[in-house]
This record gives sequence, C-alpha cells and structure tokens, in this order.
Amino acid sequence: MLRIMCCYAEYVASQNVWPAANRRSPHIPRSGTFHEVNHILRSSKFHEVNHILRSSKFIMKIIDFIVVEKQSFQRAALLKLKSSTPLPEIRGGQFVNVRVDGCDKAYLRRPISIHDVDYQNNTIDLLIQEKHEGTKTLCALPVGARVNIVLPLGNGFTMPEKDDNVLLIGGGIGIAPLLYFAKTIHSNISCRDAIHRISFLLGGRTGSDLMLLDRFRAVGDVFITTNDGSMGEKGFVTDHSLWNTMEINKIYACGPMPMMKAVAKVAREKGIWCEVSLENQMACGIGACLCCVESTKEGNLCVCKEGPVFNVERLLW
Amino acid sequence: MVKTEIKLKGLTLKNPVMTASGTFGYGEEYADFVDLSELGGIIVKGTTLHHREGNPYPRMAETPMGMLNCVGLQNKGVDYFIETIYPRIRHFETNVIVNVSGSNIDDYVTAAAKMDALDDIPAIELNVSCPNVKQGGMAFGVTCSGIEQVVKAVRDVYHKHLIVKLSPNVTNIAEIALAAEAAGADSVSLINTLLGMAIDAETRKPVLSMVTGGLSGACVKPVALRMVWQVAKAVKIPVIGLGGISSATDAIEFLLAGASAIQIGTANFIDPAISGKVAKGIVEYCERHGVKDVNELVGGMIL
Repeated sequence: MLRIMCCYAEYVASQNVWPAANRRSPHIPRSGTFHEVNHILRSSKFHEVNHILRSSKFIMKIIDFIVVEKQSFQRAALLKLKSSTPLPEIRGGQFVNVRVDGCDKAYLRRPISIHDVDYQNNTIDLLIQEKHEGTKTLCALPVGARVNIVLPLGNGFTMPEKDDNVLLIGGGIGIAPLLYFAKTIHSNISCRDAIHRISFLLGGRTGSDLMLLDRFRAVGDVFITTNDGSMGEKGFVTDHSLWNTMEINKIYACGPMPMMKAVAKVAREKGIWCEVSLENQMACGIGACLCCVESTKEGNLCVCKEGPVFNVERLLW
Repeated sequence: MVKTEIKLKGLTLKNPVMTASGTFGYGEEYADFVDLSELGGIIVKGTTLHHREGNPYPRMAETPMGMLNCVGLQNKGVDYFIETIYPRIRHFETNVIVNVSGSNIDDYVTAAAKMDALDDIPAIELNVSCPNVKQGGMAFGVTCSGIEQVVKAVRDVYHKHLIVKLSPNVTNIAEIALAAEAAGADSVSLINTLLGMAIDAETRKPVLSMVTGGLSGACVKPVALRMVWQVAKAVKIPVIGLGGISSATDAIEFLLAGASAIQIGTANFIDPAISGKVAKGIVEYCERHGVKDVNELVGGMIL
C-alpha cells in the first residue's frame, strides 16, 4: 500500500497535474488533491489512500483525437486515437464520452470503455460495437477523422492485492475494458514483485463475437465459451469448466446484464469478491444529470460517476 | 471593453450566462472544464425539503436534437445541502443560486426560509414547473392561482432575489408570468422542460419509467424563444431565458427576444465547456457589432 501511495505522490509531483489545475480555479475544492494526499502520506493514514485513489476525481479533459489506425470487425471496430496533448492518467475500467459528429440521431455523446492506453504515443484504443446510429457512425470513422472526447470518466476497477488470482470475465463487447485493466495490474507498482495469475474468461454468442484474442493472450490465460460451441466450451461463461478447477480470489466482469447477474450469483455462492461494470444509459457522463442511476443498497447512484464499476455486494441483484 | 454586467433586482451577474438547474450538478462536476468565475451564476440541482430518491431507471430517452428525462428531483434534502454541499461551493467566485422545489406550500416555505439564512446564496430559483413529480411543483406552475399562492408564501419568508421558473406546459405563459410578478417574484426564468414521451416500437413499451418526461436540448429552442418574447413583453421584472441554448448566437437571440440573462442546460452534456465559451462568445459578438454594453441587446429585436 505504501508503494502505491509513493507512486501516486510521485506521479502527481512529476506531472504537476493538480497544482496546474488549481492555478486556474484557485477556490474550487477538489476531492483528493495533491495536498490531501500529501497530508495523508504524512499523517500515516495509509488505509485512506486507497479510498482516495478510488474516489478522487482525476482531472478530466476534453481532447480532439485523430483516428490513426482502424481495424474493422463484423459489427464492431477498433479505433486507435491519438491526442496532440498529453493524456490524463487513466485507470482500468474507466470510460470516455465520445461526441458523434455527423449523425442526426446522436445528440448526446456515447460512453465507450477504454480498451487500451499508450502514454508514450498519447493514444487510446476504443473497441466499439455497432448498436444504433451513433455507434454505427463511430465505427465508420476513417483514419484521419477528428473525434472529440471527454476523458477519463468513472471510477475504474479496484486493483487486486498481492498474490490474488484474478479472473476477468467479458461478454461480447464487454471484453473491451478488461485488457487495459489487466495491463495496469501488471504494471502496478504494488504488484511488481507479486506473481499475479490473470485469466480471462471471454464469452460470445459465436466465435466471431470474440475479437482481438491475441491481445488478451499476451496479458493472461484466455478461456472461451460460445453459445453455439463454435469456439471454446459451449455454453455461457458461468458454465465453463474452470469454475471447478481454478482457485479465484477476485472476479471482474463486464458484459450484458444477464451475464453479469449470473456471474454475480456464482461469485456469491462461492464467496468470491466480485466487481461488475455497468452501462446504464447516460446523458452527461460526469454525475450531473442523474439519468444513469442504479438502485443500490446506498440508494440511487450514478453509474457514470460512482460507477461504472460496483462491487456486487453494493447492488440489489 | 464590452460591459457585460447585468443587474437584476438585488442580484448582480458579471455576465448574462448562468447554468441551468439539473444540468450542472453543484458546479464541482464541471470545474475541470469551466472556470466558474467566468460565469454570471450557476443554478445548482433542484433541492427539496426532504430527501428524494427520484424516479426509477430508465430516466432518459434521446430524441432528435434533444432528450427526455424523468429524473424526478433526486436530491438529499435541504439540510444535507446546507451541511455538506454548501460549505464546499459557497466560495465559488460566481453567484451560487439554489433551485428549490416542493410538493406542498409548507415544504417550499420551509426550504426557502432555510436558504434565506445562507449568506453566500444570493438568490433562489423557485421550481414550480418540474413535470416529473406527482403532486409536484408543476401543479402550482400551471395555474395563475397556484403560482400566486406558492410565490406569495415564499416571498413572505425569503428576502433575497427570488426567481420563479416557469413551465411551458400551459396555455398562456404570459398570464402565469404576470401572476408570479404580482405575487412578488423578482424575476422569472423560462422555460422548464416540455412534457413529452417516447415509445419503443419493438417492445411496445414506454422508454421512460414514468412514461412521460421533460424534453430539453436544441430542439426546444424555438418554443423557448417564442415564450421568452411573449413573457418579456408582458412583465416588468427581468426575464431569464433558457431552453436549448447551445452557442453564443443562441444566447444572443434570447437577449434580443427580451431576456436579461440566460441559462445553459442540456448543452452542458454535449460540451461540458460550453458555458464559458458562450460567455466569451457574447463578448465577441458585442465587439463585432459595436455593442458597448450587453444590456443594449436586451429586447433589441428589430421588428
């Protein structure tokens, strides 16, 4: 934990992120400012830092990205987007809100998971599924197109602890945020010495739903289920044989609601800690409009700001 | 130098740009995008006397150039606001105005009286026009007698600038505005959302949990502009215009129609930095047109 904090404080100091923002609006109090973190470091309230890391609002930016690479799939596309300014710090499980230009039917931005981040090249990868007109327009963007994006949004997944065996479960396009999160587990300083076992359990209706498997295999073990049995084991992710053999300490899931509810049920039965990433329909993406609420044990919470990641114990499922 | 200051009775705005209640949180949500000190004011979330959980999900439906919502005034109540939120936002270098709502006169009065005691809240906006709450504010806002009753009662206990936010879901909004004026309102703001609905043809079900909801966004602008014009002609108190404003040009149109100030609502969702851009854009417009004082634009439509 101490190393997380040091890393965090160093990052803030080196980036000078908050002080710069504070110069602009000196009287605006921020949650989890540099000074607060510093104070906590000095006051040895170590346990609070993880809370701050999780709850603090990192600086959000509005950036015009350029599509620099594109890979098309059946009803989906992978866009690599380059920013001309340095990226803000992004946690695994956070999302972006993309303005859809040139589509009459998309007035609001579209929230999209962050699939990968490359700070060296200032790029983010978005894996987008064509659902309706807005996402179809995004999937049709050519290389060279300009895309206006607000990021990073939401809380992100909680880092596992040392020696945790981690199972990342993705259904359909829900596989998108798991890759970057898995990479951040590997690069997290607190885990550098620990041997993490990261496994992906990816489910689709059919084999062609499962994209970019090589990317996942480069980061962890990959297990697959398809409803039609065309790839991996036949059935739903909760039917996979690994549940009988693998020791799992933490589950992270993202996918269709029935899948996440089924995963949450299995996790509860087995007593395994479990986080899910929800995708309720959003308008603002920053906790202002209160449209995307999920009923929880703490009342209605904004999926965009207090989520999208929730421990299943907080939900009413 | 263009003079941008707007003086409403007992309330001075550094420029005519404010943000609309329910679209700007408590201002904190937007602090990364907008320098709040560059705005005339922010109108924070609708606050009721007691905690409200709001309506069930789904609360939103996208429409062509707009959206429907049925949030239903989710908030933690006025005491929570005073204890927890007010200390965080009271020193923002802009007018922090609270939108106050209720389901009966006593609730309005009690909440307004509590707001009256807060030094750094220079005004409240009385929400008599929320379409999403059963027996809610809109019941007061759609009849002259209803609005007179609630505004008079609040006026007795609230001594600072009192804005009354009007519903467009009425036959003659100018009559309602006159009733608010007669009952003691210092200004009126309009429009709140237009009542609408959406159905999913595939499932044959309503899209919103409450079936109906309030329409906002660029699509409502022509209706809002017309109503601001009608009301501004009818009343002597200042009019604050809102409804679909998404650019400085939109804002200028509202000023020309008779609004002394404007609010930006749903456009904040599409461009979180829009309010600051509109404030700057108004100045640019004035420079381009040789306007030395923004007040010259108010009601300046050439017929």
